[in-house]
Amino acid sequence: MAARIRKLIVQVDETLREMNHAVEPPTRRALAMAVIENPCAGRYVENLDELVAIGEELGGLLGRRCVEALGIAPAQAQSYGKAAIVGEAGELEHAAAILHPKMGATLRAAVEKGAALVPSAKKRGGLGTAIDVPLGHKDAAFVRSHFDAIEARVSDAPRANEIVVAIAVTDSGRPLARVGGLKASEIKGEDGLR
Amino acid sequence: MADILPMMEALNPVGLDMAHRLRASMDVPVERIEAYGKGAIVGSAGELEHGALWHVPGGYAMRELLGWKGDRAAYARGEGEKKTGQPGNALAIVPSTKKVGAPGTTLDVPLTHINASYVRSHFDAVEVRVPGAPASDELVFILAMSTGARVHARVGGLKAADIAQWDGLR
Repeated sequence: MAARIRKLIVQVDETLREMNHAVEPPTRRALAMAVIENPCAGRYVENLDELVAIGEELGGLLGRRCVEALGIAPAQAQSYGKAAIVGEAGELEHAAAILHPKMGATLRAAVEKGAALVPSAKKRGGLGTAIDVPLGHKDAAFVRSHFDAIEARVSDAPRANEIVVAIAVTDSGRPLARVGGLKASEIKGEDGLR
Repeated sequence: MADILPMMEALNPVGLDMAHRLRASMDVPVERIEAYGKGAIVGSAGELEHGALWHVPGGYAMRELLGWKGDRAAYARGEGEKKTGQPGNALAIVPSTKKVGAPGTTLDVPLTHINASYVRSHFDAVEVRVPGAPASDELVFILAMSTGARVHARVGGLKAADIAQWDGLR
């Protein structure tokens, strides 16, 4: 079954200056969110395959929306993350079903490669609940300049029987990154870590 | 301020102290601590980058406390630890989030399994908030631990009992 989507929201967060220093090139983080109906709301459903399929669909849709919003080729994406907020009539496990089994494969197709784990967060919440979507380098999880997070929030969602699903993709690390560690220019990008 | 690395050094004892307090607060034997995460909230007069100073002091402290046998200096440089492929503890990266925010700002701190990042039942997050902090010139540093899987976890994937590669991932 395809996701029943009430809303799609796409934002780009661009930092041009920080602490009176120019950020060159500006760092850019795209966030794509879908507000969907939760087909398992209000009762205990043992098998969550329906939500797994929705996750597979949204990984591609939201991943592509982010890449398009950044105006980049998929291979130019540098970091990514995902999150979900389950409305009051749902379970935290519904977020897990969307995020973990199949979303990664379609998201990785949208950003190319993606050897690293897609970092994630989940919670239950009401209208306007915010969630911090963790960000990590898409090919090497230890790249220190790309550890970050972006806040996702939809003012009128999730309703009790809805789920907000968010994917974030960047073409850059943090503004003025300077705490050392593994650099993006040094990675092998094979094992997903370094 | 261009060179902020001395503060990373200064945070080492803070990380160790917090990790010990957290472990004590969990009030369970150390082997029952199965997931962890960390985070930072930077006050309005600071930079996001100041929050990044927490990666080494926070991550290292918690991993060492839970049994990791790595080299702190190599960790600080971001170099790889030698994966032996043998069972060990706290082998996985400590997931994190950070943001700049006003007093009372909420941060969602991600949680993953301490030995293998891909253990699906342990992907989770905990919401953290300190009323009144951070003031504009303050930082809130956060460590989080949990005893286990999500309630009624049932979406398959790698199980903690099936960790076999001992590479921090699977």
